[in-house]
Amino acid sequence: MTTFEAATGRDDPNRVARTASGLASKRILVGYGFWIFLLSDIIMFSAFFATYAVLVGQTAGGPSGQELFHLRTVGLETACLLVSSFTCGLANIGAQTYNRIWFYSAMAATFILGAAFLGLELREFADMIAHGAGPTRSAFLSAFFTLVGCHGLHVTAGLLWLLTMMAQVFAKGYRADILRRVLCFCLFWHTLDIIWVGLFTVVYLMGAGQ
Amino acid sequence: MSDFEPGKDLYHVDIAPGDVHQDGGETTEGVTSYLIGLGLATLLTIVSFFVSGTTLVWGPSIPVALSVLAIAQMGVHLVFFLKITTGPDNVNNVMALAFGVLIVFLLIVGSLWIMAHLNHNMMPMDQIMQMQR
Repeated sequence: MTTFEAATGRDDPNRVARTASGLASKRILVGYGFWIFLLSDIIMFSAFFATYAVLVGQTAGGPSGQELFHLRTVGLETACLLVSSFTCGLANIGAQTYNRIWFYSAMAATFILGAAFLGLELREFADMIAHGAGPTRSAFLSAFFTLVGCHGLHVTAGLLWLLTMMAQVFAKGYRADILRRVLCFCLFWHTLDIIWVGLFTVVYLMGAGQ
Repeated sequence: MSDFEPGKDLYHVDIAPGDVHQDGGETTEGVTSYLIGLGLATLLTIVSFFVSGTTLVWGPSIPVALSVLAIAQMGVHLVFFLKITTGPDNVNNVMALAFGVLIVFLLIVGSLWIMAHLNHNMMPMDQIMQMQR
């Protein structure tokens, strides 16, 4: 065994990843950094979840989740977001295999499904506010609009980012830096779906079945 | 992609979340993974919605069942969509995730615990109002 092999721990079955040059490729560094950001985003959401869980019973005589939530709409929203997460993954593969049709059609499908999700959510919010159940009605509703609205804002930002990525691939082609941005966008979109899983479980399913 | 090719076959190297291979290239196996993920996630979602409205199971057990299903689905998303695996090329990603999960756990459980105790120990609101008169 050479010194080099011993130093890199090649014969160690539990060796932890090292490139021989000492520094990982830019794609790995960018992906890892963005993963840390996403985890911090999840931690921020967990604070909103905790707030919601503390305030869920404080309806101040106003309507509770049981009266407000329509599981049909929530099921549709969930389906839209889940399928859009899938098509987003396909778009990432399309970008990595330089397949233009695959990339653009998958991104377009992701956009349409994401926009449908957002439309359903906004309709739900407008409906609640019209029935006097706006964020100012009770502590429960304040927490509800903060938590769900924050997720909706993330989806809105994601949709804008999606359009930007389509434009950048169109204008600049599949350059390495553009592919890294597509990877980050996909990670972001998948994470939004993970947060939505917690959201529809804690807020809607548990709220409607109280 | 990688400017240092010799290491590719001999050493495990780090991998970006969302990637299957070091250079990010993926084809059919990527699609298969997404399809499995979509199938499992759909199944778990349908079961969640079914359980929430059912009278087949004992009422108080429903929130527990829903929590378990949600955590399982988050796991499915992590493995099949974000490609977080237990392989040696994923150690850094998993460690970051573990730390994130720890903070999330402390934040949620800690908040609920403290607020429940405060609520329990606090004088009812009408009595506080009385004292402030």
